[in-house]
Amino acid sequence: MTVTEPAAPLPTRRPSVFDPPEEFRELREKRPVSRLAFPGGGEGWLVTRADVVRRVLIDPRFSSRRQNVSPVREIPKDMRVSLPGLFIQMDPPEHTRYRRAITAQFTVKRMRDLRARIGEIVAGHLDRMAAGPEPADLVAAFARPIPLLVICEMLGVPEQTRAVFVRNTAVVGNRESTPDELRAAVEGNREGMRAVIRDKRDRPDDGFISALVHEDDARFTEEELISIGLLLLVNGNETTANMLAFGTYALLEHPDQRALLAADPGRWEPAVEELLRYLSVIQFGIVRVAAADVDLEGERIREGDPVVLGLPAANRDPAFYQDPDRLDVTRAELSHLAFGHGVHQCVGQHLARAELQIGLRALFERFKGLRLAVPSTAVRPRSDMSIYGVHELPVRWTG
Amino acid sequence: MTAVRILADQDICCGSGVCAMRVPDVFDQDERTGIVVVLVPEPPPELHVAVRGAVTHCPSLALRIEGEPAP
Repeated sequence: MTVTEPAAPLPTRRPSVFDPPEEFRELREKRPVSRLAFPGGGEGWLVTRADVVRRVLIDPRFSSRRQNVSPVREIPKDMRVSLPGLFIQMDPPEHTRYRRAITAQFTVKRMRDLRARIGEIVAGHLDRMAAGPEPADLVAAFARPIPLLVICEMLGVPEQTRAVFVRNTAVVGNRESTPDELRAAVEGNREGMRAVIRDKRDRPDDGFISALVHEDDARFTEEELISIGLLLLVNGNETTANMLAFGTYALLEHPDQRALLAADPGRWEPAVEELLRYLSVIQFGIVRVAAADVDLEGERIREGDPVVLGLPAANRDPAFYQDPDRLDVTRAELSHLAFGHGVHQCVGQHLARAELQIGLRALFERFKGLRLAVPSTAVRPRSDMSIYGVHELPVRWTG
Repeated sequence: MTAVRILADQDICCGSGVCAMRVPDVFDQDERTGIVVVLVPEPPPELHVAVRGAVTHCPSLALRIEGEPAP
């Protein structure tokens, strides 16, 4: 018989910059589905074991609708509504219509064709770094602008409007933002995307937003197009930007792994998968809501209960990875849950892979002497942000 | 060695491209929809392990091997 334990808040205190909270270890072992207390008083569940996370994410009884709750901050009631076209908060078959409209843009083949252009963009930023002063902040000079430029080119988001999205997205991703700040940032992003879409109506180009705006059957309303455009722009950006900087930091702090990559560049592809697993930047996990009563690992999940899938915990599950807390670029097991699972699995995953493989390899090959310009203790982790990583990464490369 | 025949459900495929990434000789994605296209429905034995990996890791459970239960 299961004894129901009192709900506890999501553990967020990390023992070190690269490791997820210690509590996950015991939860995964003893209570892989545990009671979770949400800020503001609600209760739900936290799943920490990889096999159970996978199972929930492919189970249609766990819905993506009404999942606008967060385990680390109270979202104002008026912001819990689902906006038109926000397909990450939909279930099939409703979700399918939107997903189908965008998957062709991000196929394995298309991303392969994009590699040359990504390489040019990366090389351009490295040139600028090399010509500039040292130390430089790798986040500002490299990690942030590269994915932003790549996705903006794909979508056709003009240069002069990009800063607005970057600013608002930082507010949305910060758990300390007030409800008013949050509202203003979301509205600011939507207004910015509305302006981009209206501009495409008059001035079509070969970007993806223009293609959606000028479809013969005009499948989507303007409000829907705003949501689609923002999902691709924001999600294609924050996560990859943080993986670039945090991945660099991880390799700087693991010189043995860096040496393996220098000796055999063929290892970069598996190394990126290992970095995705090890760093798991979606640090507070993803949320589903039970659409029915479900028994899961001996616990009775009630219809309406929110369920948090702890991706960082699952990606350190010793049942799947030997010595899971070790960064090991030679690991045989390369599958992970960093992109999620189920029909919502990251649609931009092959773009992210290409950017990380090309970006990290070029950075370390160009700057063989790359190193931190400050003590490790001065590097500020993004503990306050829903996408984890580092706020800045001051580096040197000559001498 | 028994033959392995791949069954793909294009209605539930979410176009993640995980199969096309893992075994590009066997799986592709439709250019207009991103949905799975099976290039080689009966892959040679040397690809069976990789094909099974693609089946296991398909995020929408759209792939199956004939005569075997869904993953």
